[in-house]
This record gives sequence, C-alpha cells and structure tokens, in this order.
Amino acid sequence: MSAIIKLDNVWKEYKLDEEVIFTALNSINLSINSGELSAIVGPSGCGKSTLMHIIGLLDQPSKGEVFIDNKNIKGLSDDELSMLRNEFVGFIFQQFNLINKLTILENVLLPAIYYRKKIDYNPRERALQLLERFGLISKINSYPNKISGGQQQRVAMARALIMDPKMILADEPTGNLDSKTGVEIIQLLKELNQKEKKTIVIVTHDSEIAKQTNRIIRIKDGQIINHN
Amino acid sequence: MAYFLFIVKSALKDLFKNKMRTFLTSLGILIGVASVVLLLAFGMGLKTYIKGQFDSLGTNLIFVLPRKVFSQGGGFSSSGGLGGGIRFDEKDYFSLKRIREAEFVVPAFTKSVKIEANGKTEYSTFYATNDEIFQARNLTIKYGSVITKTEVEKRNKVIVIGPKLAEKLFGSAEYALGNTVRIDSQAFKVIGVLEAKGGGGFGGPDFDTFAYASYKSAYSINPNKTFSTMLLKAKNEETIPILKARTIEVLKKRYKEDDFQVAESTEFINTISSIFSVLNMFLVAIGAISLIVGGVGIMNIMYVSVTERIKEIGIRRALGATRRDILFQFLAESVLLSLIGGFIGLLIATGLILLIRRFFPAAIDITSMLVAIGTSSFIGIFFGVFPARKAANLSPMDAIRYE
Ligand SMILES: Nc1ncnc2c1ncn2[C@@H]1O[C@H](COP(=O)(O)OP(=O)(O)OP(=O)(O)O)[C@@H](O)[C@H]1O
Ligand SMILES: [Mg+2]
Repeated sequence: MSAIIKLDNVWKEYKLDEEVIFTALNSINLSINSGELSAIVGPSGCGKSTLMHIIGLLDQPSKGEVFIDNKNIKGLSDDELSMLRNEFVGFIFQQFNLINKLTILENVLLPAIYYRKKIDYNPRERALQLLERFGLISKINSYPNKISGGQQQRVAMARALIMDPKMILADEPTGNLDSKTGVEIIQLLKELNQKEKKTIVIVTHDSEIAKQTNRIIRIKDGQIINHN
Repeated sequence: MAYFLFIVKSALKDLFKNKMRTFLTSLGILIGVASVVLLLAFGMGLKTYIKGQFDSLGTNLIFVLPRKVFSQGGGFSSSGGLGGGIRFDEKDYFSLKRIREAEFVVPAFTKSVKIEANGKTEYSTFYATNDEIFQARNLTIKYGSVITKTEVEKRNKVIVIGPKLAEKLFGSAEYALGNTVRIDSQAFKVIGVLEAKGGGGFGGPDFDTFAYASYKSAYSINPNKTFSTMLLKAKNEETIPILKARTIEVLKKRYKEDDFQVAESTEFINTISSIFSVLNMFLVAIGAISLIVGGVGIMNIMYVSVTERIKEIGIRRALGATRRDILFQFLAESVLLSLIGGFIGLLIATGLILLIRRFFPAAIDITSMLVAIGTSSFIGIFFGVFPARKAANLSPMDAIRYE
C-alpha cells in the first residue's frame, strides 16, 4: 500500500520569547496509507491538532519533510498549498466551523467556489446529493445557527466531501456533541472509509472512538509513543 | 463570472448584516461625493451663467471705465472700485466718436432710481445714454419704438423701459405706451417697451427692469452732465485691438493712463472665470478632504471587520481559498461600501441641484457623475487595500485557531 501522506522527522517549534522555545512536535515519523482509518489520541496540549494541521497542509513544520503522494511539499507556493487543501483534504472541526452568514447549501458549496480548475460535475447537484444523504435536504436554505450541533457537523461533513478529497481530517468531531449524535457521526465516517475508501484521520480523546479505528497513534508531549 | 457574483454577493451580505455601521461608514464618502458633485455643478452653472450674462451684453464691445477696476493678472486690483476718480463727459464722447473703427459709441450715466407712474413706485436702473445703445447691446423692442437720433438731439423727454418694469407699473407691458413716468420729478413719456432679456437670478442685474432715456433729456437727474461708462462697439472681432488702442490714444490726451481702464468683454469673462476656477479648486479641495476622511473611516471599519472575521478567514483558507481570494473578498467589500456612499451622495446632490436650479445656476452632467463613481471606487480600493492585505496575509493556521 502506498503512503498517501508521509512525515519524515517533523518538528514544530514555537518561539515563546527570546530564549524559550516550545517544542509542540518532536521528530515525528509517520506514514498514513491510502484507505486507512486512524485515530490520533493523547492528552490535551500534546500536539494532536498541530500534527493534524501539518498533515492537512494548513501549517508547515519548523524542520522535517512532508510528502503528499510521495511528493515533497517543500517549495510549494502558498497558492499551490491552498489548491492542494482544496482538492486533497476535507476538514471537520470540533466547533463545526461553518460560516454563519452563509446558508447550509452555500457553506457546502464554498470549496467549489475556490476551485480553480474546470469542474467536471455540477457542484450544486453534488451538494444536494450529499445533503440528502445526511438527512439535511429540508434545511438547505437555513443558516447554521438555526440547526442542531449534530446537523451542523453533518453539514461540515458534506462540505468536506464536496470536492471528493482523498483524505478527511477530523479534529475532535464529536467533542461538541452528545454521545448519541457523536456515535452517528463516527458511524458516517466509518461508512465513508469502508464504502468510498477515503483515508480518514480522527483526532480524539475518546478511547471508545479510537477503538473503532484500524490504527491508533498515541502522542505525548509532541512525540509519538506507540504505533500499532 | 460565478466567482465575481459570489464575491459581490457575499460582500453585500456582510454589508447588509451591519446596516447601521455600513450607513455610518459610507456617510463620509456620501458627503464627500455630494459636495464634489454640488461644487462641480455650481462651478459649471456659474461659468455658463456668467458667460450668458456677458453674451447678452452684446459682442465686440469695449468698455471704458474710470480707474482700474480689473487689474492685469486677473482679479480685482486693490486701488479699484467703481465710483471714485474721473468722470467722463460729452467732450470725451465726441472725441471717441471720431474713431473710425468704432461702429457705435455709447455714453452712459447710470443711476438707481425710483420710478413713479400710475400711482405706483418701482425701483429701476436708469440709463442716460444715446440712441445707439439699443443696437450696441442687442436690446430689441417689443412694443412701440426705440429712441431715435432725432429724439436725442431734440431733447425729447421720452423713455424706453424693460418689460418687467412696464408690467409692474402698468399691469401689462403694452399698456405702458404713451403713459408718463416720473423720475426725480422729471416726467418722461414711454415710447417703447423692450423684449425680455432675462438675467437677474443670481445677484446680477435684472436687465428687464432697466429704463433708457436720452442723456440730453436727463440733465435734471444727471446735473453734472457726466458719464460713468463709455461703450464702444467694434465693427468686427478683428478690429477690437485697434479700437482699443485708438480709444486709449484718445483718452490719454486728456487723462492720465492710470485714471481710466479700457477692457473688452472677454477680459471680464476671463477675470471672473479665473476667480471662479480658483474658488472652485478651493471648494473641490474641501470635497477631497471629506473624501479622504471618509476613506480613512472605511479603512478603519475594514480593519475592524478583518479582526472580527479572523476565524472566518481561517475557515476559508482551510477550504482552499488563496490569499488573493481573501484579498478580493475584502476589497469588494470596501469598494461596495464606498460606492454605496458615492451613489447615495450622487443621488442627494442631483436632487439638491434640481431643487436649487430654479434660484441658482447649477448644472450636472455625465462628467460629474463619472467623477462621483470614479472617486468612490478609487477611495474604496485605495483605503481598502491595506486591511484587505492584512486579511490575505494572515497565516491560515493562526486564523483557524483564533477564537
Ligand atoms: N501559536 C502557538 N504559539 C505557541 N504555542 C502554541 C501555538 N499553537 C499551539 N501551541 C502549543 O502547542 C501545544 C500543542 O497544541 P495543540 O493544539 O496541537 O494541542 P492538542 O493536542 O490539540 O490539545 P487539545 O486536545 O486541547 O486540542 C500546546 O501546548 C499549545 O499551547
Ligand atoms: Mg486540539
């Protein structure tokens, strides 16, 4: 199996002041294969989100190399990275991160607006299909703050899927949901992994959720402490 | 195209979400654009008005005035002012008449008078002059006849009056003929009523209330037998300079060169329009200042808007928006903000101009509209680009983590 993403000795350091440097990620070596469903777990502040942002090309390491489909992203311009995020990655966040002044449908369509190449499908039709599948078709003209948290997270999932990305990155997707709704969201993510062969990385505190994945990546103080 | 519509639509959405803030911010631009448009309108209106006034005086005219009223470089000279200094008399009139290049020579004594008839009293500007004034100044007769050379020579106590004056005194212009009017207890018989000439709206003289009589018949009103102005008409435009030179030559025999002034009507126009263009520039500068203040207001509010929406910027960047996408989003917003102000300003100014037009010369044309729209877009871009660049240059990482 080929690595869809590979981190090679990745460090992330923050300069807190003149002398103190905080190491958020410490020599991370990690490769995630296409079609994997993995979980990143670890205590608060250990660097899970930082790692996820680097995998999702939102952030760049202070040291080390990142490969996407065996291609080093070093030297890519900001525009090229933006385009990769657009096509290659779908993000799901704990706080849903929908844009409140846009309707549900507009939120889902947003990545398609930023797509620079010719789209060979009708994004609106695809958005409607996704919203139908997530049981939101009656809400397409509502606004995010008018629907429940579980519904918002499903809108975010539709948005993450509109560009049909290879990889879905979910940072505590159930963190703001009750356990029943949380289970539903995880179920949907598992389905996506099984039926559509999406590569999925879930950042979570919840060991129950982690257990449902194929692979658990444990982090402590910015270091990976086990692989299985 | 879809992208452009999306950008404009979301910018409008953001602006309408904060209606009050949008309105207050665009107020500066609104006032700036409205004042620039109004000033341009008055400037243009005044120029046309002044030119019209001078054109109605007649063409190819040379004015001889005591002292210098208009200085060389344009603008009123400090020593100037009508009234003081020398006065011309009949002797000057006769010597000027000998100039071959002069088609007409018109002496004029003018005085503000009360004119009585029919038991009514009206104010008028009285001209003690000769028969040639009617041709020299394009005064055409509506009822009756003008004063003839013979009537001047015979010292007939006859008078030609403006139509407004005739109406005021006699109810209707044609009833004036044959009636007697009194000025300073001197009686004159009305023999003619002039065609309406207009003027008067903006502080200028209303030619239609003037009264003209032979200077020889009006010595009781003009006991010193002097003239305040001499008006000479050249045969054509080419002979104006020669006529001017000859006039100066003749007058220099009797007066010092500093005591009188010979001016063409075009010089008056040039002087006055140069005064107004300076005034205009000054007023436009005031408009520009309010536009700049308005622009700074937009910049300020756009910075606030960027700060409020850091998280949103982070989300958009995570979804694949490039720096340029973010830049355009905020630029579109500031330009629309400014254009809304500019557009409302233009509407208000147009409304005001249409209202004021009845009392005051003002004009609006496509140039001032383009100026309004152009300056407001420019202000929107110029002052919007700094906050928009701040938004575009945020790191996606920091933006998405921002709470
Ligand atoms: N811009 C920054 N400057 C300094 N330190 C930072 C910055 N961003 C993150 N950190 C630090 O890096 C560490 C890792 O942060 P990160 O958000 O990755 O933790 P996390 O594992 O996701 O925690 P949580 O489970 O609470 O979300 C934290 O200690 C955080 O304080
Ligand atoms: Mg986190």
